[in-house]
Amino acid sequence: MTSKNSIIEVKGLAKEFNRVPAVRGISFDVYEGEICGLLGPNGAGKTTTIQMILDLITPTAGTIKIFGKEMKGNREEILGAMNFSSPYVALPGNLTAWENLATFARLYGVLDIKGTIHSLADFFDIRALLPKMTSSLSTGQLTRLNLTKALLNSPKLLLLDEPTSSLDPDIADRTRKMLVKIRNERKVTMLYTSHNMEEVEEICDRVVFLQKGIVKDFGTPNELIAKYGRKDLNDVFLAIAREHGIDKED
Amino acid sequence: MKLHRIKGLMMRHLYLYKRSVPRLMDIFYWPVMELLLWGFISSFIEKMNLGGFNAVTVLIGAVIFWDLMSQSQRAVSVAFLEEVWERNFLNIFVTPLRVSEFLASTFILAAVRVILVGSVMSVLALVFYHFNLLTFGFALIPFVANLLIFGSVLGIFTTAIILRYGTSAQVLAFGFLMLLEPFTAVFYPVSALPVAIQWISYTMPSTYVFEGMREVIATGEFSYPLFWGAVGTNIIYAVVIIWFFSRMFAYVKRNGKLLKLD
Repeated sequence: MTSKNSIIEVKGLAKEFNRVPAVRGISFDVYEGEICGLLGPNGAGKTTTIQMILDLITPTAGTIKIFGKEMKGNREEILGAMNFSSPYVALPGNLTAWENLATFARLYGVLDIKGTIHSLADFFDIRALLPKMTSSLSTGQLTRLNLTKALLNSPKLLLLDEPTSSLDPDIADRTRKMLVKIRNERKVTMLYTSHNMEEVEEICDRVVFLQKGIVKDFGTPNELIAKYGRKDLNDVFLAIAREHGIDKED
Repeated sequence: MKLHRIKGLMMRHLYLYKRSVPRLMDIFYWPVMELLLWGFISSFIEKMNLGGFNAVTVLIGAVIFWDLMSQSQRAVSVAFLEEVWERNFLNIFVTPLRVSEFLASTFILAAVRVILVGSVMSVLALVFYHFNLLTFGFALIPFVANLLIFGSVLGIFTTAIILRYGTSAQVLAFGFLMLLEPFTAVFYPVSALPVAIQWISYTMPSTYVFEGMREVIATGEFSYPLFWGAVGTNIIYAVVIIWFFSRMFAYVKRNGKLLKLD
């Protein structure tokens, strides 16, 4: 591990699908306790990168170390200490919220299933929803249920794929505050994807910009705004996505 | 393998069974209907007095055994399809769950289904047709165990095909055994098949079980050669199909298809 204590170390990571490159030898680190945004336009390679980190896709080349270890030979230990949440990956709708949480608590080997679920359900204010069918929950309730699932194993690393998309501004704001609270109270490192640059600016300590499968730039939101001479991260995003950034100016 | 993870996945499916009428029908209603249908046919054939052929015993025994194998195969395939239908693969495979634990949980589910269906069918067969499954005595357990294993292994095979080709291949989960039924000598002896294809029959563990079942009915004796034939072919199928499944799983991971199974 580096002196900054990398939780995720990605080196030369590449992925091709039928000889078409989706990710082209990217390298970046995510440090302990930070919320790191993984940004980029559609097709930049964010989802493929996250799925490789989650061991759902086998890389064509490169290495991924999580907690200083490669997935091969350490899968159980690594996945047991991390979790994932995305509004696009719903929990089974034909189970109740409680049944879903109890199932995942068992898969993660949680010892006090009832106590853990109740404590997290109180944190996310979904206790009354536990007996309800998951398919009957609203989008905001599902997001909170997903986040509850994501914290069942007290993860040290959380991968969040657009956690506030399709939420109204009020619920999205509450969710962001909740995530910051989780990071502060539980010291959870987060890798965060979002297309909402305002939110990224608000909660991410650092961002990594992907464009066409390569790391186009990285730094704190303020560093990047200053570097590109833009007024906010949204403009930086547009500059990079439209390739009017450093490359052209250079 | 960790038991808590196997239990977690099993519970996930048992939660579904407790409130789903179609799933319960799949376990109880259809097997009972099949038993009734074949029971009536057997009674009719027996009334024709075909020179010592004990139609009720042979056909009802075959129907029950065939249904147990079919339940075992479907339990494995449908447990997998549940995750496809609910798009739950990402959620379960980002946990520390191993593929072997996933398969083990489906195998135990299959065993539970086989025990449930076997119990219901044997009680009904006894009540309606005076057919006592316990007639097979000691032979019952190894016969059923071999069918359970072969059914589950075929379930893993259909699962591997669905993994590779997506849900367009899901019909195999429900109809694959029909492809084998004519060749595995369920209702007639292998000798009734054309000589040229009898060897196909002997490549399947279920053939040895059905031949063994008929032997017990005819002679009252348990045939060890047939039993070991079932065990041997089962081992070969299990090794080859689990290898095939692991290759297909690696293929979908390499091609990013694990989350696009639709």
